[in-house]
Amino acid sequence: MSIPQLLVHDKRDNVGVVVVEGVKAGDELLCVVTEDDSDFKIVTKHDVPIGHKIALADLAEGDTVIKYGEDIGRMAAPAKKGEHVHVHNLKTKRW
Amino acid sequence: MSTNTKFWGYRRENGRVGVRNYVAILPVDDISNAACEAVAKNIQGTIALPHSYGRLQFGEDLELHFRTIIGTGCNPNVAACVVIGIEPGWTQQVVDGIAATGKPVAGFSIEQHGDIATIARASYKAKEFVHATSGLLREECDVSELWVAAKCGESDTTTGLASCPAVGNMYDKWIPEGIYGCFGETTEITGAEHLCKARAATPEIGEKFMRTWQAYQDEVVEPYKTSDLSDSQPTKGNILGGLTTIEEKALGNLEKIGKQVSYIDVLKPAEAPQQGPGLYFMDTSSAAAECNTLQAAAGYVVHCFPTGQGNIIGNPIMPVIKLTGNPRTARTMSEHIDVDVSGVIRREMTISDAGDALMDMIVKTANGRLTAAEALGHREFVMTKLYRSA
Repeated sequence: MSIPQLLVHDKRDNVGVVVVEGVKAGDELLCVVTEDDSDFKIVTKHDVPIGHKIALADLAEGDTVIKYGEDIGRMAAPAKKGEHVHVHNLKTKRW
Repeated sequence: MSTNTKFWGYRRENGRVGVRNYVAILPVDDISNAACEAVAKNIQGTIALPHSYGRLQFGEDLELHFRTIIGTGCNPNVAACVVIGIEPGWTQQVVDGIAATGKPVAGFSIEQHGDIATIARASYKAKEFVHATSGLLREECDVSELWVAAKCGESDTTTGLASCPAVGNMYDKWIPEGIYGCFGETTEITGAEHLCKARAATPEIGEKFMRTWQAYQDEVVEPYKTSDLSDSQPTKGNILGGLTTIEEKALGNLEKIGKQVSYIDVLKPAEAPQQGPGLYFMDTSSAAAECNTLQAAAGYVVHCFPTGQGNIIGNPIMPVIKLTGNPRTARTMSEHIDVDVSGVIRREMTISDAGDALMDMIVKTANGRLTAAEALGHREFVMTKLYRSA
């Protein structure tokens, strides 16, 4: 298999992690779901550093973000599919 | 599966096995650091363990201080121990605690003697201990006799994808063989506490975990937090690495306990396990030096430390094996990394391969290979303090 550029833990996840350096807006990324090795493609809308997340679907403000098949917080601002998801639009539900 | 089943270790008087052979010069209190460091400078083959506390502590905080100091001296990586304190009472208490292991230990107090005379007397004893222990031979031991702790630091999203699952895979393979394991970081379970509770061996142990986790929320987080923990959880480094929320960080953190094993007890900070071989949760801060110091004081002899962005932590008496799944960190900070598992995110390496690579490195480390942190001189030794002194 080619080297994946984005990894997703669980099929229920609505974000994935960029795992290579140098991803630029407009790049089509090979995405692999580690749970079952299934793959798909997604076009990123931003330059995204290694380790950072992008939305796998359109996310609205207030939506719960799922990673590892679990709740990791809520969207404080919307993000379209392929956009960078981080501290500017995702917040903890704790603390 | 790693084929290593044996390693060469130091069997101590109480039957425990160490992987290092230190003569520790241990201060009871902060003001005895100078004398301890002078002794370690006088006598080669010794190591001073300076720290910041030990005066005017009381109650549970004092108990934790003694448990940490005595536990450090008792650790099987320490062959013999010189204890120095300002006065004889607490010094003797520490000496008696360490002497229970049967290892050579002697105490010296400074009042009515002064630093110079104390350093001279303690140096003669330290030299005697070096001669008594430096020629000890390693003997062949089974890996099941290892006590292996884990904690992650400067985590990023690769931590939950590769390096923490590698540690978890090691526990899944070696806990059934009879090793002791330990994970902690009470606040960093936040967001995954329901999953952690479910991994307890019994519902009662799960409830004990939840009480411990809730107490940290109620007594530490709630009274002192400003915003979402003042940018401490996640840390600035975590955020640079792509981790956004405490929930996301916690879910990656918990990958360290693998998929199959259950923890069999919940330990107080620095408390030695009492329920036999198995995995233990310890109530600790998530700050690396504090957590590692508590785990070493509980008797753990090797440490596995997954890092994403590149935490460089070490410990003076317990070798800390650093592993990363982040290819950029493996490249830019290679001198700090013992096991590169970035092949996992390239899908060139399975989690099981990564676990085997870690197990091989644990055995090499137990045989005497210096870790990156040891070679670079990292000796972070940090007491956990529960509240202000009297």
